[in-house]
Amino acid sequence: MITKITHTCIYVLNQDSAYDFYVNKLGFKVHTDAPMGEGARWLTVTPPEQPDLEITLFLVAEGAMFDKETVQTMTTLIKKGTFGAAVFTCRDILATYEELKAKGVVFKKTPKKEFYGFEALFIDDSGNWFSLAQINS
Amino acid sequence: MEQYEKIYLYQRIVRAKLFIDNYYADKIDLNNISNQAYFSKFHFIRLFKSIYGKTPNHYLIKIRMDNAKILLAKGYSVLETSIMVGFDSPTSFAAMFKKIAGQTPSAFQKEQEIKRNAIQTNPLLFVPNCFAETQGWVK
Repeated sequence: MITKITHTCIYVLNQDSAYDFYVNKLGFKVHTDAPMGEGARWLTVTPPEQPDLEITLFLVAEGAMFDKETVQTMTTLIKKGTFGAAVFTCRDILATYEELKAKGVVFKKTPKKEFYGFEALFIDDSGNWFSLAQINS
Repeated sequence: MEQYEKIYLYQRIVRAKLFIDNYYADKIDLNNISNQAYFSKFHFIRLFKSIYGKTPNHYLIKIRMDNAKILLAKGYSVLETSIMVGFDSPTSFAAMFKKIAGQTPSAFQKEQEIKRNAIQTNPLLFVPNCFAETQGWVK
């Protein structure tokens, strides 16, 4: 029986920039930042109140996992905003929206009432998009 | 949305929250913080708590302790850390840290040092094997 998620991946185009976005703008905490040699880096962050869920900020780069063509295709798709990566929840969406906007986060959709609560959509520094939700209690 | 008519109010509370985030290392107090929002202290505390689930003072303590953890993990001494997160004395800092983190700053720092060394000497210990293999990272 599967019990929970411990690791998940977000494909990013630049790990330094992703670090700044997820840590300094979204307020996530760095879990592991390990140099893996030859410029490679294992970088994981956790949501502020979910320390046991590691989100790997996985660099899209040519290497053992991706060939050149795959990197080009993924880079194009990520930049284009093809991938929706996750739903993040918050206690108060209007305050969170105002804070993230003040920090320069770009929103594709301002907070809007939905049947389950409120939702907004923002994009990260690579182009991945996320739902920001305040769920009805 | 009807709730969004309160946007100006939210912006003022967020401004106060960001003031704490940016100036936690200074000698700030409730007066400085509530001034950022242009509210009376009572009204401000009530609104802040309804949005963030904590009073401004508890939030300030949390931010100071979160940043203390980062500084201790980087190797700053307990004394240096206490000053850098806005405490007058390392003793009151250590007491607050233990209350919040459940361990002394020194014990936390030791634990982080062990982790940091392990990351440097054997980073693969921190990477699930499936990812390491696909990346060609082998022991």
